[in-house]
Amino acid sequence: MKILFQLLTLLLICLCGDAIAAVLPISFPSSVISMILLFVLFLFGVLRPKHIRETSDFLLENMALFFIPAGVGILRYASVLKDSLGAIVLICFITTPIVYAVTGWTVQLAMRLMQKKEGKQHD
Amino acid sequence: MIESILSAITSTPVFGIALCVGTFEIGRAIQKKTKMTLMNPLVIAIVLCIAFLMIFRIPFDRFDLGGDVLNVLLGPATAILALNIYNQRATLKQQFVPVLLGCVVGSITSIALVVLLCHALGLDAAVSAALLPKSCTTPIAVGIAESRGGITAITMIAVLLSGFIGAVCAPLFARIFRITDPLAEGLAIGACSHALGTTKAAEIGELQGAMSSIAIGICGIITVFLSLFL
Repeated sequence: MKILFQLLTLLLICLCGDAIAAVLPISFPSSVISMILLFVLFLFGVLRPKHIRETSDFLLENMALFFIPAGVGILRYASVLKDSLGAIVLICFITTPIVYAVTGWTVQLAMRLMQKKEGKQHD
Repeated sequence: MIESILSAITSTPVFGIALCVGTFEIGRAIQKKTKMTLMNPLVIAIVLCIAFLMIFRIPFDRFDLGGDVLNVLLGPATAILALNIYNQRATLKQQFVPVLLGCVVGSITSIALVVLLCHALGLDAAVSAALLPKSCTTPIAVGIAESRGGITAITMIAVLLSGFIGAVCAPLFARIFRITDPLAEGLAIGACSHALGTTKAAEIGELQGAMSSIAIGICGIITVFLSLFL
């Protein structure tokens, strides 16, 4: 009963996300709208993590399971994949280290600048 | 005889669900035993499912009857990521500017590079749209790719590959690019290789793991917004 109620809560939030996505003039993934909705509900204390604990633990622990069907969907696109697999692999190997480096450097630079600013205020 | 039995059991969603759950559990058992990042349960499950369907010549549509049922929980599974950000709200508040700046710049870099490379390599629109969110976590990336008409199966390959590269190479990247601050290291791992990288970040340190999981959610949201302008 408790778990069904938790699931109902999450499904209702997802339905709200779907409804908002349908109304928005731009194409915005409804699952991300649901995520923002849930975050706002947590932030304002309407919902507390303990209210959905068992269900959220289950979903977080087994999240990858729900992506298996989409992955097996590769079967349907075997021909497209054959033509572009090399390019896809190349893109991943180029972008991943660069995104790592740029993000890391930005954070370190921002922290250093903020520390300097704080230091000046103390003088 | 065997064919009629096979056709009977594959005509309900139960078959697809059972195959997914069964292969996923095998994948998890293998990872537990080998403790290798490369032995990812999701990848093992996908490979086993494909092998099973091909060996027994079961049409994909039969499998997808069950796949559709599992897809119902994709939405809640994505929404629940909000919990990860909420749990880190204290650190987030303290280091708001560097965290946000890092995620924004990282996400812009990822999208710009993908657009540039797709153009240079002459990939078609459905593939480019699928690759655009490749640095995001799977649920968000699939959502973005879907809403842009990309092939989600390709998105998943790119997302998983990026995750592997980040998870395996994270310590190497830190040395090469001289990332010494644990906060910066965690965010960098999360920004380039999402949930798979986060497992490695959590191994490196608690702060790195927490930061990496913040980056997953924030970079995801930023990428959604950025992709609206393309």
